[in-house]
Amino acid sequence: MEKMPKWADVVLIPVISLLLAAIISAIVILLIGESPMEALDLMVTGALGSTYGWGYTLYYATNFLFTGLAVAVAAHAGLFNIGGEGQAMIGGLGLAIVCLYIPFPHWSIALLVAAVGAGLFGAAWAAIPAYLQAKRGSHIVITTIMFNFIAAAVLNYMLVSVLKPKGAMDPATAKFPETAQLPSLHEILAPLGIEFSKSAPANVTLFVGLAACVVIWGLIWHTPLGHEIRALGKSERGAVYAGISPVRTVMITMLISGALCGLMATNNVMGEAERLVLNATEGAGFIGIAVALMGRNHPFGVFLAAILFGFLYQGGAELALWTNIPSELIVVIQALVILFTGALDNMVRIPIEKIFLAFRKENA
Amino acid sequence: MDFLTLIQVLDSTVRMATPLLLACLAGLFSERAGIFDIGLEGKMLMAAFFSAAVAAVTGNVWLGLLAGIGSSMLLSGLHGLASITFRGNQLISGVALNFLASGLTVLIAESWFQQGGRTPSLFTKGRFNGIELPFAIGPSEAEAADRPLSELIKEANVIQQLYSELISGHSILVYVAVLAVPLTWWILFRTRFGLRLRAVGENPAAVDTAGVSVRGLRFAAIGIAGVLCGIAGAYLATGLQAGFVKEMTSGRGYIALAALIFAKWRPWHALGACLLFGLLQAVALRFQSIQLGGVSIPVQVMDALPYILTVVILAGFVGKAIPPRAGGQPYVKER
Repeated sequence: MEKMPKWADVVLIPVISLLLAAIISAIVILLIGESPMEALDLMVTGALGSTYGWGYTLYYATNFLFTGLAVAVAAHAGLFNIGGEGQAMIGGLGLAIVCLYIPFPHWSIALLVAAVGAGLFGAAWAAIPAYLQAKRGSHIVITTIMFNFIAAAVLNYMLVSVLKPKGAMDPATAKFPETAQLPSLHEILAPLGIEFSKSAPANVTLFVGLAACVVIWGLIWHTPLGHEIRALGKSERGAVYAGISPVRTVMITMLISGALCGLMATNNVMGEAERLVLNATEGAGFIGIAVALMGRNHPFGVFLAAILFGFLYQGGAELALWTNIPSELIVVIQALVILFTGALDNMVRIPIEKIFLAFRKENA
Repeated sequence: MDFLTLIQVLDSTVRMATPLLLACLAGLFSERAGIFDIGLEGKMLMAAFFSAAVAAVTGNVWLGLLAGIGSSMLLSGLHGLASITFRGNQLISGVALNFLASGLTVLIAESWFQQGGRTPSLFTKGRFNGIELPFAIGPSEAEAADRPLSELIKEANVIQQLYSELISGHSILVYVAVLAVPLTWWILFRTRFGLRLRAVGENPAAVDTAGVSVRGLRFAAIGIAGVLCGIAGAYLATGLQAGFVKEMTSGRGYIALAALIFAKWRPWHALGACLLFGLLQAVALRFQSIQLGGVSIPVQVMDALPYILTVVILAGFVGKAIPPRAGGQPYVKER
C-alpha cells in the first residue's frame, strides 16, 4: 500500500517546500532591512503587471524550460546532469556557427537548421561524459562539472581568438544576419490584434519550448525508449534482466539531455542577443536543476516551475532596479528551492507521511 | 626564462595551491567518510566573505579567521542535516550550498558595506601578512638597506634566492596548509578515529555492527571539512587578497574536487595534485600564451587543463580512480 495519495506527493510536498523557501527568503529580506511584502508586490508588478514584464518572464521561462527538461530526462534514467551550463554554451557555439556562415532565405528555415546545429553541439558535449559513465563507470556528476569548465574555456578561446570580428573589442561574434533573427512575441501577436511589448525579448522559441515539453512527455511515458529510460532509472539490474542495454540507454538519454540544453541557444542567443556573447547562458543550466526538482521531473511540472523561475528572475531584476536588494536574492531563493525540494525532501516528506498514515488508521 | 623568474612562478604556485590544498583535504575527510562534497566552493566563498567582513569591522584578522571557520562549519552542518540526518541527495545538497553562498555573500555584503558586493579593503592588522623566516631577505632588510626588495633578492646567491623568495615570506596559513598534509595522513592512517572514518566510507554497516556511530563519524568528518574550507576561504580573502569580492573563489572548490580525484583520495598525492594545478594557475596568471616547440598554447588551455586531466584520470585511461565505496549513499540503520 502507498503511504500517501499521489496528489500529496505531486502537489502538497512541493507546495510546502516552496512555502518554506519563501518564508526563509522573507526572513532574509527582513534581515537586510527591507520589507518582504513590498518586495513581493514589486516583483509581481514588475514581472506580471505589464506585457513588458511578461515578455521578460516568458523569455527567462523559455530558457528554463529547455534546461529543466534536460535535467528531468536525465533524472528519469537515474543520471544527474549538472553539465547543462556547458552543454548550453557549446550549443550556443553550434548555433552561432550555423547562423553566421549559412545564408538563410527566411527565419523559419534558419530556426530549423540552427536548432539542429545547437542540438547537435549540445548533445556532442554531453556525449563524452555519457560514454565515460556508460563504458568506464566515471561518475557523470563529476565529469559533467569538469565539462562545464572546459566548455567555458573553449567558448572563451573561440570568441576571443576565432569568431570575434576584426577590430572588435569585446569577445563576441558579429551580429547574425537579418534573415536569422527571430520574430518576437510582439510581431507574432500583432496580426491577431493583441498588443504586446515591443522591447521584451520573448520570442517564437517559447513555442519550441512548449512543443519540447509535449514531445518529452510523449517520449518518457508513451514510447518503448521512455520505458527503457525509466526502467534503468528505477533499477539497473531490473533493466538488464528485462533485456535493456544500460550503455545504450545512458548514451541516448544523455544525448537527448544535452541536445535540449543546446536548444536553449535558439532562445537566448538567436532570439535575444542575436549574436554569441561570453556569458550568454547566465547560469540557466544550473537553474534547470531547481526547475526539474520542483517540477518533479514531469514536463508539466517543469513548465510550471519554469514560469515560476522566469517570474523570480524578472521580478528580481526589478527589485535590484528599485530597491537596495541586489538581484543575488534570486540566487538565494534558487538555493533554498533546491535545498528544500531536493536535499531536504525527507524533512518535509516524513512528517506528512506520518500524518497520512495516522488518518488512514483512524478510518480503518 | 631565468632562474629568478622560475622561482617567482614557483612562489606564486605555492600561493595559488594553498586554498586548493586546504579545500582538497576538506573534501578528502568528507569523501573518505562517504559524504560527497561538491559544496567546497560554497563553503570557501562563505568563509572568504565572513573572514574579510569581520576582519574589516574589528581590524583583527584572527577574529576574521574564526568567523570564516564558523560560517563554513554552519554550511557543513546544513550539508550534514540534509545528507546524514534526512538522508537526502548529497550532490543536490552540495549544489544548493554553492548557490546559497554565492547569493548570501553578495546580499549581506551589500547590506553591511554598500560597496557593490565587496568588503572594504583590509590593511596591515586586518590581513595575514607574510612571515619572514630567520636569515631570509625580506621587507625589513630592504628597509634597512633603503633599497627595493626585488633588487636585494636579485643580487643574492641561488640558495638565498630560493629560501627568501620561495620558502620564506608566506602568510602563516600557507604553512598551516602544508602542515595539514602530514597531519591528515597521520589522522587517517595512524589513529583509531582515522581507521573508523575510512571504514565508514567503505562499509558503514560494518562500523555500525561494531557499535560505533556512523552518524557521529560522518558529522565529525564534515565538521573537519568545514574547518579546512574555512581556513581556505579566509586565506583567499585575507592572505592572498585584501578583502572579499563577489565570486572570489572562481571555481577553486571545483579544482580542489578535481585535485582530490587526481590524487585518488590520498593526502600526499593531494599535495602533489594541488601544486600541479597551482602551477597551472600561476603560469596562466603570468604569461598570456606559452611557446612550446614553436607552437603557441593559448592561455585557455591552462585554465581547462586541470579539468581535462581529471576527466582523463576518471576515465581510467591513466590509472583508475576508485572513490570510497559507500560514497554518496545515505546510511539507513536497520529498524
